[in-house]
Amino acid sequence: MYRRWLWPSLSFPGVFWLILLFVVPFYAVLGVAFGTVDPILFQPVPIWNPLNWNVGWMNEVLHRLAPGGIWFDVGIRTIVYVALSLALCLVIGYPVAYYAARHAGRLKGLILILIILPLWISYMMRMLAWVNLLQTDGYVNRFLTFTHVLSQPREWLAGSSSTVILALVYGYIPYLILPLFASLDRIDRSHLEAARDLGASPWQAFRTVTLPLSKTGILGGAVLITLPMFGDYYTPNIVSQSPKTSMIGNQIDLYFHGGPQPTIGAALTVVLAGFLTLLMAYYLWSIHRAQRNVGAVGAL
Amino acid sequence: MTAVAERRTAPQFSTLTRLRGWFRNPWGKPRFLVLVTWAYILWSIVPVLIAVQFSFNETRSRTIWDSFSTRWYWGDPVDSVWHDPTLRHALVQTFKLAGADVLIAVPLGVLLALGLARWHGRGSGASNFIMLFPLVTPEIVMGVSLLLVFTQLFTFIHTGTLAQILGHVTFSISFVVVIVRGRLFSIGRQYEEAAADLGASPFVALTRVLLPLLTPAIVASAAVVFAISADDFVISQWLSKGGDTDTVPIRIYSATRAAPLPSVNAIASIMLVSTLLIVTLGFLAWRFLTRGERGKKSDDLAALGL
Repeated sequence: MYRRWLWPSLSFPGVFWLILLFVVPFYAVLGVAFGTVDPILFQPVPIWNPLNWNVGWMNEVLHRLAPGGIWFDVGIRTIVYVALSLALCLVIGYPVAYYAARHAGRLKGLILILIILPLWISYMMRMLAWVNLLQTDGYVNRFLTFTHVLSQPREWLAGSSSTVILALVYGYIPYLILPLFASLDRIDRSHLEAARDLGASPWQAFRTVTLPLSKTGILGGAVLITLPMFGDYYTPNIVSQSPKTSMIGNQIDLYFHGGPQPTIGAALTVVLAGFLTLLMAYYLWSIHRAQRNVGAVGAL
Repeated sequence: MTAVAERRTAPQFSTLTRLRGWFRNPWGKPRFLVLVTWAYILWSIVPVLIAVQFSFNETRSRTIWDSFSTRWYWGDPVDSVWHDPTLRHALVQTFKLAGADVLIAVPLGVLLALGLARWHGRGSGASNFIMLFPLVTPEIVMGVSLLLVFTQLFTFIHTGTLAQILGHVTFSISFVVVIVRGRLFSIGRQYEEAAADLGASPFVALTRVLLPLLTPAIVASAAVVFAISADDFVISQWLSKGGDTDTVPIRIYSATRAAPLPSVNAIASIMLVSTLLIVTLGFLAWRFLTRGERGKKSDDLAALGL
């Protein structure tokens, strides 16, 4: 008889935890975002009943994000930074994953370990490493002036978009290479042999066989790094600290850690989460599909 | 004149052709890919090694190398990791959060994975769905929501260590579930069925057969949870109340924004070595516990490289 409730009761503590500390907190964000603000203390007054929600702050945030609003530039900049970083990650990451999966031979284990290694090095440590290198008298400037690429040291850490994009690529690329590797490694080599036997050139074989078969890995990995990049605020803060390079995440951070208006921060968080839900939905769907085919570990 | 010039350029041209031929040789190794891959690996690891090197610098500079010293670890009476209370407390806080996270998230995650893998009734779909969400939610969204829930709804929990532990467990559970479920898939159901045929009740089959088989995944997920908790910055920062509740990543973050000393490199290096040690131990334990089982090496690596 207890067969029926054994398994659900095992899941109960975990599910209960996630409802209490993942689902309910998100509702708290909605409550604050659609709430009001105490006129004297400027404290947020959440409204828990959706029927009474006050859309004033949400309108304010959407207004600021719309063309002409004060956050329009920030929104566009966020999208441009993420798009450029993603493109660079793919351009660098695909050949690496391809080589590791297809041609590494005896070195495959070693290369795989070296590719996974950055995942276990703290993100802050890796950013710190670049902050050291990019100082005015750091190795990068010394190398570039020594080779006469630059006539004088450049201020890399004073609000330069290229530095922020470089840092984003450096920070997130390991999370892209791994799913790419997994999907390329799964491709059956006999497909390629068949393509070559039927007269395809190496390039044609790559374009018509390998690339389509690695599509799940490309899209899955791209979504996996795009989501956190959209919510990033620490990377621009570390390598630039300038409002010229601030992203949407920086605005949220500012309204909670710098300013007195958590309500606006909460409303902006809701907008960001809504925008990212589409990306999330795609990722969940692709995991779900991959799980049905191979099991959970390979899918990630 | 022209003849001389031609004679001079001719060998250069052929070297270039030879170089191009070596590079594009379709029967040899794909040199372009080799080059890109090793360049990437150097690019991804060498900056970190340089940062570790400068943690041993004798002077206060993080950019100009002087000589080797352990000053920033314990030598300096004020600013070394050992003597600076903010750095020491950050280290303690990081290990405290990671340890508590492992102790809570691993059991919860293992039970959840078992339940979700075998439970097919009403509510299992929704539970599966909720479990996947923390994996894909940007940390800033989780940070904001946890901060607001602790300041507006569950006001009896204040920001600080307890809130940080609760937050860390919330994002760790799903990683445990994914690792354990991968293992459950590869074990299959035959061992449980054999136990049932021999008269074991589902509970006995679970504790005497399934859990021992899951040990490698439990050990691996403990290592992974420790590492992701120790590396976490966003959740720790949003739920920190400052002072002693700042973790190492928060210290590194605020130090790089001010004028950091090599002691920051030193504390980052300590974290780096401990995380890699834990992950390596977890990986070796996984290999040891699954020895003799069929399967590809890359499956193991995927389990830890999540």
